[in-house]
This record gives sequence, C-alpha cells and structure tokens, in this order.
Amino acid sequence: MVTFHLDGKACESRPGLNLLQACLEAGANLPYFCWHPELGSVGACRQCAVRQFSSPEDQTGRVVMACMMPVTEGTRISISDPEAAELRESVVEWMMINHPHDCPVCEEGGECHLQDMTVMTGHHTRRYRFTKRTHRNQDLGPFVKHEMNRCIACYRCVRFYRDYAGGKDLAAFGSHDSVYFGRAEDGTLENAFSGNLVEICPTGVFTDKPFSEVYTRKWDMRGAPSVCVHCAVGCNIIVNSRQETVRRVLNRYNGEVNRYMLCDRGRFGYGFVNAPSRIRTPLLRVDGQHVSVSEQDAMAAFARFVGDGKIFGIASSRASLESSFSLRELVGEEQFSTGETQQAQNCMDLARTLLQSHPGHIPTLHNMESADAVLVLGEDVCATAPRLGLALRQSVRQASFHAADEANVPRWLDEAVRTLGTDCPSALYILTPAPTDLDEIALESSRAAPDTIARIGFAVAHLIDPTAPAVPDLSTSDTGLAQRIATLLGTAERPLVISGMQYGSPALMQAAANIAAALARTKPQAGLSLSLPDCNSMGLAMIGGVPLEAVIDKAVAGEISTLVIMENDLARHLDPVSLSELMNAVPNVVVIDHTASSCSERADLVLPAAAFTECVGTLVNQEGRAQRFFPAVVATPPVRPAWRWMTAIAPHCAEQKPRQDLVNWEHEDDIMAAMGRGIPALAGAVNAAPGSSYRFHSGKIRNETSRMSGRTVIRSHVSVRDQPPPPSPETPFRNSMEGTYGPDLPGALIPYFRAPAWNSVQSLTRFQQEIAGPLRGGDGGVRLLRDHSPSQPGITEDVTTVYHYGADIPPPFLPRNGEILLLPETRLFGSEELSMHSPPVVARSSPAVLRLPETDVRPDRIELRIQDVSYLLPVQSMPGLAHGVAVYPAHMTIPAFAFPRLVPLNAIKPDHTDGGAS
Amino acid sequence: MNSLSERPLTAMIDLAGPPPDCAAYGNAGGWQGTRKALKTLTPDEVISMVTRSRLRGRGGAGFPTGLKWSTVPKDPASKRRKYLVANADEMEPGTFKDRILMEGNPLQLVEGMLLAGYAIQASHGIIFLRGEYFLAHQRLQHAIDEARHLGWLGENILGTGFSFDIDLHSSGGRYICGEATALLTALEGSRAVPRGKLPPSQISGLWGAPSVVNNVETLCNISHIVTHGPEWFDGLGTGADSGTKLYGVSGRVCRPGFWELPMGTPLRDLIEVHAGGMKSGYALRALLPGGASTPFVDAADIDIPMDYDSIKKVGGRLGTGMAILLDDRTCPVGMLRNLEHFFAQESCGWCTPCRDGLPWVERLLDALEDGTGTEDDIEQLMRHARILGSPGRTFCAHAPGAMAPLASGLALFRDDFTAHLTGHGCPLHHAA
Amino acid sequence: MSTADLPLPDDLRQEILTLAGSEHRPRAASVSALRLVQARFRWISDRHLAEVAQLLNMSTADLDGVATYFNLLFRKPVGQHVFMICDSVCCWIMGCKDLSDHLCKKLNIRPGETTPDGAITLLPIVCLGHCDRAPVMLFDETVHEDVDTAALDRLIAEAQETPR
Ligand SMILES: Cc1cc2nc3c(=O)[nH]c(=O)nc-3n(C[C@H](O)[C@H](O)[C@H](O)COP(=O)(O)O)c2cc1C
Ligand code: SF4
Ligand code: FES
Repeated sequence: MVTFHLDGKACESRPGLNLLQACLEAGANLPYFCWHPELGSVGACRQCAVRQFSSPEDQTGRVVMACMMPVTEGTRISISDPEAAELRESVVEWMMINHPHDCPVCEEGGECHLQDMTVMTGHHTRRYRFTKRTHRNQDLGPFVKHEMNRCIACYRCVRFYRDYAGGKDLAAFGSHDSVYFGRAEDGTLENAFSGNLVEICPTGVFTDKPFSEVYTRKWDMRGAPSVCVHCAVGCNIIVNSRQETVRRVLNRYNGEVNRYMLCDRGRFGYGFVNAPSRIRTPLLRVDGQHVSVSEQDAMAAFARFVGDGKIFGIASSRASLESSFSLRELVGEEQFSTGETQQAQNCMDLARTLLQSHPGHIPTLHNMESADAVLVLGEDVCATAPRLGLALRQSVRQASFHAADEANVPRWLDEAVRTLGTDCPSALYILTPAPTDLDEIALESSRAAPDTIARIGFAVAHLIDPTAPAVPDLSTSDTGLAQRIATLLGTAERPLVISGMQYGSPALMQAAANIAAALARTKPQAGLSLSLPDCNSMGLAMIGGVPLEAVIDKAVAGEISTLVIMENDLARHLDPVSLSELMNAVPNVVVIDHTASSCSERADLVLPAAAFTECVGTLVNQEGRAQRFFPAVVATPPVRPAWRWMTAIAPHCAEQKPRQDLVNWEHEDDIMAAMGRGIPALAGAVNAAPGSSYRFHSGKIRNETSRMSGRTVIRSHVSVRDQPPPPSPETPFRNSMEGTYGPDLPGALIPYFRAPAWNSVQSLTRFQQEIAGPLRGGDGGVRLLRDHSPSQPGITEDVTTVYHYGADIPPPFLPRNGEILLLPETRLFGSEELSMHSPPVVARSSPAVLRLPETDVRPDRIELRIQDVSYLLPVQSMPGLAHGVAVYPAHMTIPAFAFPRLVPLNAIKPDHTDGGAS
Repeated sequence: MNSLSERPLTAMIDLAGPPPDCAAYGNAGGWQGTRKALKTLTPDEVISMVTRSRLRGRGGAGFPTGLKWSTVPKDPASKRRKYLVANADEMEPGTFKDRILMEGNPLQLVEGMLLAGYAIQASHGIIFLRGEYFLAHQRLQHAIDEARHLGWLGENILGTGFSFDIDLHSSGGRYICGEATALLTALEGSRAVPRGKLPPSQISGLWGAPSVVNNVETLCNISHIVTHGPEWFDGLGTGADSGTKLYGVSGRVCRPGFWELPMGTPLRDLIEVHAGGMKSGYALRALLPGGASTPFVDAADIDIPMDYDSIKKVGGRLGTGMAILLDDRTCPVGMLRNLEHFFAQESCGWCTPCRDGLPWVERLLDALEDGTGTEDDIEQLMRHARILGSPGRTFCAHAPGAMAPLASGLALFRDDFTAHLTGHGCPLHHAA
Repeated sequence: MSTADLPLPDDLRQEILTLAGSEHRPRAASVSALRLVQARFRWISDRHLAEVAQLLNMSTADLDGVATYFNLLFRKPVGQHVFMICDSVCCWIMGCKDLSDHLCKKLNIRPGETTPDGAITLLPIVCLGHCDRAPVMLFDETVHEDVDTAALDRLIAEAQETPR
C-alpha cells in the first residue's frame, strides 16, 4: 500500500492505480466520463481534473487529469482546488452546449451518469446562448436505440465496441464539435455485445430498445439479483420489474464471472417470461383439446393419473436444482431421468468428471482473461458461451500487458498499452470445423472435423507429456500444428484449454483434459474449461438420472403410466419418431413448464411453472459455480415454482413413496437442506446465496429503491389505499421500498446499484472492495468442483478422483463417399430455446441455411433426408469449412438436431438438375 | 550573398528554376555530411554533434534535437524497427518555410533525414507531407527516386552496411496532423487523434516502434552541422540560439516573403529591412510572431530579437518564426474571429474543452462582430482564454495554441472589443 | 449510372493492394488509397469506400471514420473542378472574403456547393502555405497566388471550358 494525500488527508491506496481510482477507492467523489474500469484511461473528457503538488513544499502544483497519473507514495493532490473545480464544472458546461435538455423524457434520466456528474460538478446555469448542433439518429436494430444529440463524445462506445468487443460496425465519424458515433449506415449493430452500450454510454445515446417499449424510471422498479438462463456461463444479472411485469435485464457485476459485460442473448432473451407462449393456467386435455382448469381440477386429474400406476419424472438442464431435485424426490431415483439423450448425458458426465479429476485449474471467466496462451479445441465458444468468447478476446492482450510492464507503462494507460502491443502476437489457437468469430484474433485457426481435431489435441498432450498416449498415423501437417500448439502452451505461464460438448464428442473433451493435465504437471495455473449447453447442465449432471433412451424402453415395456416432464421440450432431444414412440407408450403425460412447447401441446395435463424471474432457484454453471436467482415478480397463482407443484402432488403419490420431507417443504431453504443430504456433491449449493433467514443490518433487504413512487397510484383505479407489499418469505428481500440496503450487501443479494451521488451503474465502484475487484459483500455464488490450484474455500466435492490420461483416440475423419457429416451450428440467436420466445432475439435470428465447403457442389437448395423426413434446405458455401462436413443450425428446423450425424450424400440432390453434377 | 556557410538552408534554393538534382546538389556541397558521418562517425557521435550544435526544433516547440535523439533505444536497426519521420505537415496559418525548403532543395531534406536516420539507427524514413503541397510532393518524390537510384537511399549506403529508405506520405489534410503524435496516428491509417505523451514516441511511436518526429527545417540543418561542425553552427546565431532560421512576414508590408537569417534577428529588421516596411497608408499595430498559434506582440515591442527566449519577454513565442502582421486598418476582433474559426474547425474532437470550448469562443467573437455581443461575452472569452490556455487542461497543445492570440489580443485590443459592444458591431465594417 | 456506382477498376484495385502491401499494416494505406480513388473519380462513393475497406482489411465503418475525418477527402460528389479559396488569417487580411463573395455571386452558389452544370465546386480551405502571396487559392491541384477578381474570372472561364 502507498499513502497519498488528498486535500491534506492521508489516504491509503493500492500501488499502481491511477489517481482517479485511488480517489474513488478512498471514497472521494471525483467526476469522470471517459475512464472505465474495464477500458482504462485515455484522458479524453478532461473531467477528472485535480491539482497535483510535487512535494510538501510545492504550493503551486499543476492541474492534471487524475485518470492519467499514477498514484505513488507521498503523492499530494487536491480535488477541492478552485481551478480544478472550475475546470470540472466547465467540462460539464461544454458538454451541455449541445446536449438537449430533455431529461424529463430521456430514458437515461434517473440513472444518468451525466446527470450525476452535472450535480457533482455544480454546473447549473446555462451561459452558452447560441444554437445547438443536431444530429440525425440511426436505426440500430432491435436491441439498441440511438439518440445522438445526447452524445458528450467521451468515446467510450467505440472503445468498448471496437477495441474491447471486436465490433466492426460502430465508429466515430467526422471531427471537431461534430463527431458522430454510429454505423456507416442505418442497420442492426452486429456485435454480440452491443447491448452493453446501454450501460457503457454515460448518457442516453444508446438505450435499451425493448425496455423502451415498457419504459419506467429506474427508481420505480424492483430489482432482483438473478442469473442468466440462456447458456451455461452463468452471468449475473439484475432483473427489473414494475407492476409485476419484467421490464429489462441489466448486468450484475460478479468479479469472477461476467464482471461488467453481458452478451445480447442474455440481456435481451428474457422476453419469454412475458411472451404469449407463457403457460398461465393448468390445462387439461378434454376430448383432444386443452382446456384451462382450476388448480383443484388439475390436482384431481393428477391424482387420477397416479392412481393408474407407475410414475416417471423427466427433469431438465434448464430447470433449477430445486425443481429437478424435487422431481427426483417425488418419483424416486430409479424413475428419474435427466431428460438428456445418452450421448448428451455421457458428455455432461464426462465434462464433470474431467473437470474434477484433472490436476489443473478450473478457471473462472475472469481467470481466463489473463490466460497467456489459449487453445480452443472444437467448440465455437462465441455461440455456445458468448461471454466466455469475450473473455478470450481479452486474453490475447496479455502480451501487450507484459510489454507495458516491461516499459513501466501502467496497464490502465489504454492507448499507450495498445500502441506498445502493436506487434505482440496473440497466443490463441482455434481448431474448429467451421470458422468462428475469434479466428480474426487467433494466432492460427485451423479447420477440421471433430475427430481430427481431437486427434490433434491428443497429440498436443503427448508432445507436452510423453506419458500421455501418442496418436498413431497423424498427418505431417497435423503433427506440425500440434507441435506449434504444444510449444506455445508449453512456454506459457497460465495456459488454458477450452473445449465443450457442441459436437457431442467425448474425444474432444478428453483430449482437452489430457492437454490441461499434461500442462499441469509443471504449471499449476494450467486451466481447463468445458462448455455445456444449458444454464443448469452441470447441476443436472451432478444430480444424475437415467437417459431418455432408457425412459423410452421402459415406456414401451409398459412400465410407465404417468410421465411428468418438467421444464423440458423433449422435441429438442428426441427425434420425432422416438418422441412419438414415447408419448404414445405413456397413458398420462404431465408437463410442468412456464413456456408452451411442442411437448406441452401433446400433454394430457399441463401445470404452469414460474419462470426464473418469479421464483428462487439455484443453477450450477459450467465451471461448477452454484448461483441463485431471486424473484423480480411475484408469481400469480396458479403459476408457481415447479417444486411447489411437486410438494402439492406429493400427497397424491403415496404409492411412489416420495421422500418423507417433500410434503413438508415450505421454503427453498428446505429443499437445499434436503438436497445437501441426498446429494453430497451439491451440499455446497446451499451457500450460493444467503438463505431466507438472512438479515442485512438486522432487516430484510428492500428490493425497490427508497425513491419508489406511485405505489398507491398504480392501483388507484381499484383503490387508493396503500397495500401491504406482497410477502417474500422465501427470500431475504422485502418487495418494498422499506428495508435495508447498502454497499456491503452480499454480492448475491444486490438488487440494484445506487450510492449517494451515484445513481447510474457507475455507483458500482462503491460496492467493490477495490475497483474491478471483488464486491465488498463478496462475489456471489459458490464453486462446487474442487479446484486443484491454490486452496479454495467452500468446496464440498467429495469425490477425489485421480486423473488418468484418456486414451480413446478416434480414427481420423475421412470425407466419405456418399455421406456427409452434418454438424450442428450453434447460433448466438436462434439455437437457444428460451431466448427464441423473446421478440427482439427472434428479430435478430437469421433463417437457417445449410453450409457446405466451398468446393462442394452448390445448388440453391438441397433436399436432405433425415430419418425418413425430408427437408428442403437453402444452401450456402462456407469458405474454410473442413472437407466432408456440412453445418446446419442446431435446434432450428431439423428437430432434435443437436449433435453431428452422418447423412447420406446421395440423399442430397439439387432441385434444379442444372445446379451441378451429382 | 547566399553562401553555404552563411545561409546554409537556402544557399542552393532558386525558386525560379527546378531544384538541384543529385549531381548539382553534390557539386554545391551536398552529400559531404553523409560521406563523413557514415564513413567516419558513429551514430552516437552524430547525435553528440547535433547536441553540441544546440539545434532546437523548428516545428514550434523548440525542443533540443540532440536530446530528443538521445532518448531513442540504442539497439541497432537490424534488431528493431525504428522510424525517422519528417513533419512536413505545415498547416500553421502564416507558415510556408518548409514548403520553400522542400520545393527549393528537396535533397537537403533527404540528406538530413538520412543523417538523422543514421544517428538514431532508424530502419525507415517517412515524410508526412501536407496534402495540398502538390508541387513539393512531385519534387520530393523525384528527389527520393533519384537518390535511391544513385544509392543514397536503400540498402547498404556507401557500402557502409547502413540501410535507410524514405517513403512519402501525403496527408488527407488536417492541422492536427502536424502534432507529432497525431501525425503517427494518421500514418497508422486512423483518425489523426493525438496520443498521450507517455511513453514518448522515441520509445513507442509508430506501430509501437521507436520513432523520432522532426520538423523539415530542423532536419534540413543536419547535413550542414555534420559537414561544418557544431561550433560553426552555433556561431551562425546572433543571440542566445544557434544556427540560422527561415523567417517570414506576411500582411500589409511592401515585400512580404521569407529570408534565412541568423537566429536572433530582431523583428524590426525583418519587418522594416527585409519586408520593406508597411505599405503606404498602413501602420503596424501588432503581430503574431511565429504563426497563428503564437501570442500577439505589440508594435512597440518589435526591437526584440527573434529567438526562443527573447521573444517570450514581450509575451510572444517564436513558433515557426513566420510573422503575421496586423495593420491599423484591419479589425483585431475580426482577425481573432478568423483565427478561432480555424482552430475550432481543426480541433480533432477528442477532448471536451477544445472540441466544445473553441466553437463557443468562435461564436462569441461572431456575436461581437455582428453587433450582438454583450459585456458577458467578453467575460466568457477571458474565461476560455484562461482555462484553455493553461497547460494540461486539454489533451494536446492545440487549444492552448488557439488561446495564445486570444488571450494576448483581449489584453492588447481591449478598446476594440469595447468599441464592438458600444458600436454594436465592427467599427471598421461600419466605416467601410 | 454514375461511375461512382461501378466497381473499382482492376488497375486501381491493384495499385491499392500494392500500396497496402508495402505498409506495416494495410490500414496505413487508408488515406493514400482514398486519395487515389478520389483522383480517379473526384470523390469517394459509398461503394468505393466499401471496396477500399475490404482491400485494406478494414471495416467500412472504420474506414469511413477516417474518410470523414480529413478535409481533403470528399464523401460527396464535387464538380468537374474544385475551387478552394484559402480563408485563413493572412488571406483574410488580404481580402479573401471579397473573392469568395465574388465567386458566389458569379456562380450563384454558396461555399460548399456545386454549380448546376456540375462544372465548379466552391470550397473553403485552410491556409495553403503561400501567405506571402495572399490571397491564395487552389484550382484543382494548382496554386494561384495574389488572386484578384480578374484572375478569378479567368479561372472560371477556364473551368467551364475544360471538363475533367
Ligand atoms: C496543433 C499542433 C500542430 C503542429 N503542427 C506542426 C507542423 O505542421 N509542423 C511541425 O513541424 N510541427 C508541428 N507541431 C509541432 C510538433 O508537435 C512537434 O513538436 C514537431 O514536429 C517536432 O519537431 P522539431 O522538434 O523538429 O521541432 C504542431 C504542434 C501542435 C500542437
Ligand atoms: S486539444 Fe483535444 S480536441 Fe483539441 S486537438 Fe488536442 S486532443 Fe484534439
Ligand atoms: S476520466 Fe479522466 S479524462 Fe476522462
């Protein structure tokens, strides 16, 4: 620590910070615009002026930009210095010259950093008396609204979008007082992280377009700490609601996971909770038609079904631990299915086993950002785990950081670091069947079929550790590639290997683990990360259960009379033939879900489940971190959390002998306790967040701001009497503006960010122990997988496995005559289930096309026969695609197309005979 | 009169004809410095000569050239890319000296760059030429091609193993490109926004490689310093500073133009002797001594020598040494309006005070000229001059440069400002 | 269809690629490449900008950010000839305003506009570095010093007679 003097007061600071950070960490209010903790300093806005004195004797000093100067032992600065204060006030005054005075109608109002800074600098009277310049706004697509007149030209947007997220289609145009930030022409922002502009922009230039449709002020919304349900990364979010409807999703900082950014699927995918596809009442099939029935009738129907005999439960990788576990408790372990196919389940189990047994490190997303060499083995992480892709984008900057360290340039001096790093090669290798968004920053990217990639991976492991199995008959070029990768990873300090189950290939994941294990012999920081498909895939793997194939067998054997399918559209897992086989074999099908699907349409009874925005639940992300979401909205009966249907059903299932305590469960806490006893691997999950009895400063936490207005007005058409806030016994929250709140809140329980003088998301610095560090109340979530690197608290994993190198090396993939390997293309928008019920996401998803290697015959359309169903698919060529393979979006038009399959090539025939040879 | 030993920069310049080719240049004394340096001097010895010559940068800031070069990392060119960049952007209003040097004797710049490149062991030379200098472009390109053809540029020059070549880059046109770091950003094909001063370009400049940016005139001196020695160069100046300087005068004088004179020549000599004094019917009121971004010097103060330190004593700045004269029949407020229009328009738009402050200043001056000015407008002008004119308030020196004439003008021409208020507009307009 | 809507000719593409290849990074050639396009077509159309961006491995937005930054790059069509009258301080003192007023009146356009016949575009420009011979103007690529209204009239006639 160093001591610096701020207006005569001695303050402590971490060394190496800039003065702005040091002041903020010391609790001072120093305004700023262009600096951002994740983007560093560039000195553009000139807002953070302070006076710096060179010594105790120096009475004159000089005005400097705090964000551009390092803090050192004995640094003396003054914020209150009149000239510095005058400059700060003037900067706001200059920004206001062209800024419209439209706060009353501006959607940023109330959470606007410019408003805060205006108040903080004391600027209040307009002296500029000439006309303002005006700009034309652009239509930037379904996510982001554009109002350029509000721009203060801090350059944050382009620095984030282009420099940080690799976006291509946003730039600064023009010059002097007419700089324009936008696209070259109107059109959708293409980058996967465009939504972050809403939070990055310190004023109202970029705002949330879907939110705009249902706009309400920040101070009038309830906030719920939550977790994104649209992939397995587990980004932390805040769900905002008003009048018991969800209005928007914001980033919720978690120092180890998503930190400051979310992907657009996560930010805009929540629309399913408000969509017409929501199931809001029980539905009973009467004469072939679904009719809406009362709870009692639904329960009665269910009791009838159970009376018929054996009941079987199917869980889901998108349901919470609570829901899946309660289903398992209801039907019993033997009658419980994961809802996954054998292949998927093998992959999930393997991922879990490899992560817990490999001797290296299980990196958090934040760890990945500082990996100094990365190998991506057969996974398009930009689509399967988008936020992880963004972390990898930062990892390639490691070399420039080292160059900066060497040149004594602080890492936050953004432009200097980027300039120094001009020729610093990135250390990223990408081996995938199809091009990915990260190729452009990769040192090398190579295309091959999954099996071939796995072989190269095995070879890399062998090169690093000769005791790892060797790969026979590897081609010369693949050997060369493996050698280059092995050298790169071998010389890194914190190498990272990434794979996943996109291609349903155990070999890929095994090869990745072999490499990580080989590296870990000499490098404790060597990491392994495996991407899984859904928000609770890992949690489901930990619960376990039989695969769907076994359910079908049982059903066909007549051993199932009632099938309870929970939050799972089986059509995504089973091809139409198998699905019909299952459905036809079971007399009573009960679906518990929040969203209608082809599966719920076929059910005899449908029970409405609460969505993640309406209940408490716990999810385990792909790194094994259990995290809890809390309700933003009070579920309106009969909608209730799936597990509450289980407890309601339990008394009717006496024959099944549901666990004794199921009927007694009152709170989510009870389930967590029971789960800890029943599944030791998940015992730690209880600590994902403080339980319902937690009190902050001896009170329940308010999840509405102290400025909430119109509580009585909202219901005024009914009554003007104040209503008691809806109770929330299952959470430490009060659905009210009355309650406790503060910057020391546990990270898992922060419902919104606000601090005195800081109404915008910039108030976050007040909630962090150190800027860009952990939250003061601790980052939320708890890791359940044992990490072999430096000791890690909270681990409950009891299975100590020894890592043995996997030796199941597949033969090389050879393009086949008469057959093509059809690979699933995961899409950012389109292949994920829930977000495709969100209108803005649907608007961003482009039609599915079959992509073939450039060299292959390419008619406009191709007819593809898969299991006797023929699909007429539009075709495009894809430069760089590996030979003998084709890609088609997973889960878009071909049902249950999630994993590769060989498709007869003779079934592919052009519909125009002149389209090309056979 | 223009002998190589007294007027080294312009001795070979005759604007009536084409510039000397390589042979003529050699016959008139060119290439001597190159032979001497490459064959008998180490790079450090060249730097030392330049340091001892006390040559200061002619781009405006007057930074000691030898000192700048000595901060470049010493590893040999073969180990590392390094750049020597000639700043030929010359967009400072009132300034045209670099153009004369490039049109008149392009090989002098080529040789200067070659020597500078040798001194810092640069692998690449680049001339950043302002886009409107079409004739200079043509002559420089011709000179570079010829020099390359004859082995003065390229691989293994004079068989010494030193290799150096020059690329000519023509700008897209913006004043800020002349700012040394913005120039590098422009060379990288980006919007020419200045960069931070740390680390200096000498350590991390173009594409992150060590880079030295020098003004054309600065570089044109190098071959002469190497040929005739630092002491000779030091002796050329009459005052505190060494060498000669290309001075210029524009405005309502009898013979506007440029002259190479000893550093420290008094302003009065420039105006009255060389420029032939004011045109009849015009009297001198004040002048900008070294381009648009230097403060006004009152007509009463023109006995001051034009060197870096002396001119400061009367509130001026040497700048480019190209003076712009304000006569008694031109409105100083109008002149300031014109200047601030230039600076506001040429702001790069990166930092707030400059981007949004300068247009405000321009509009205030507009208002005064239009007759819609108020007492408070003058307050606001003074406030801007004070804030933007102080160091460190803006990202680069553009805005302080813009405020130099304004701050001094507000003090010198206070009565004119008042007259614009009381007379509801420009008295000279009304008169006209 | 104007030539600005046609693809860049092959020789120009090749020239740009060569330029790009000689730089440390292709983007370093951005201004030079755009100036080449402008030399051929007098301005830089959206289509040409996009093509150049592709050749330089830049995004269109990125390159347009550069193109719109510089004074000498025209992103809108200009006339056959461009008159650029210096409006900086020395020329202002020496009466450039009168010249520009004269031109505007004679051509019936305002600065920044093109005559309806497409012959002449009038643009203001900053100090051209011939201050001792003010007022100064640039007629296409040629500098004219000590300009007066008579000289202007000659240049207008010349411009109208010699289409480019
Ligand atoms: C706004 C601005 C414009 C400048 N324009 C020029 C210029 O056109 N030519 C030049 O040589 N220096 C110019 N400079 C000065 C350069 O930044 C730099 O100091 C100079 O090129 C260094 O060369 P020297 O040391 O040889 O003088 C400018 C500086 C500023 C702040
Ligand atoms: S002072 Fe600021 S806006 Fe002005 S030119 Fe310099 S960096 Fe650009
Ligand atoms: S925050 Fe320091 S200059 Fe913008």
